[in-house]
Amino acid sequence: MVKSVTSLSSSGLSNWMLQRVSALIMTAYLVFMIGYFVVNPSPSYDQWSNLHSSLGMRIFSLLTILSIAAHAWVGIWCVLTDYITVRLIGLKATPIRMFLQLTMIAVILFYVVWAIDILWGI
Amino acid sequence: MKTKRPVNLDIGSIKLPITSYVSILHRVSGVVLFFAVSILLYVFDASLESEQSFQSLKDCLSSPLAQFFIWGALAALAYHVVAGIRHLIMDLGIGEDNFQSGQRSAWVVVVIAIVIIASISGWILLW
Repeated sequence: MVKSVTSLSSSGLSNWMLQRVSALIMTAYLVFMIGYFVVNPSPSYDQWSNLHSSLGMRIFSLLTILSIAAHAWVGIWCVLTDYITVRLIGLKATPIRMFLQLTMIAVILFYVVWAIDILWGI
Repeated sequence: MKTKRPVNLDIGSIKLPITSYVSILHRVSGVVLFFAVSILLYVFDASLESEQSFQSLKDCLSSPLAQFFIWGALAALAYHVVAGIRHLIMDLGIGEDNFQSGQRSAWVVVVIAIVIIASISGWILLW
């Protein structure tokens, strides 16, 4: 069996599951945010920062950014391994794909650290 | 394995069904969202950094260019979520038994996404 070092988990089944679980968490966060803005369309800074400085909301936001990270990793990996291939663009595909995958991972880690910095800096 | 096997699949010459367009748009919107996360985090950061940054964010979001970026991010998100929910429903074994039901649910995704994106557009224009 061929394994890829840049895939998020070593099994396709785990990636499949991660993709679904992260989707549900992000959807829950989106529904919560829509509900919040329907009830309070124009929150003041105090209302907004009080909401996000509560522990429960910090955990919910953290779970969501971790879901975004996992979901983007699995999703972008699928797109890159489907289109940046030797069959489609020739032998240079492998180094280009490796470069793009590692860049993608770096951007995702940057997003996670940035989000944690925002959430615990309120 | 021979690496130069002939490939008899010219996607450009094949008439694709609606399910293909819904699928490829799901991928495109996903890639757009990967970049849009940076915009959303920037907005989230500015909204929580301080009272001043919160106010200047409000001013910034009244500019048409900023509104265009927010619109793009939300439109991609709306489409991606609607198409993603179709996947989750199919994972439950609903509507994946034949091609016709797949085509029908793909059209439902298109219609719902258009309605939501139109609402987002209206909301941003009235803002």
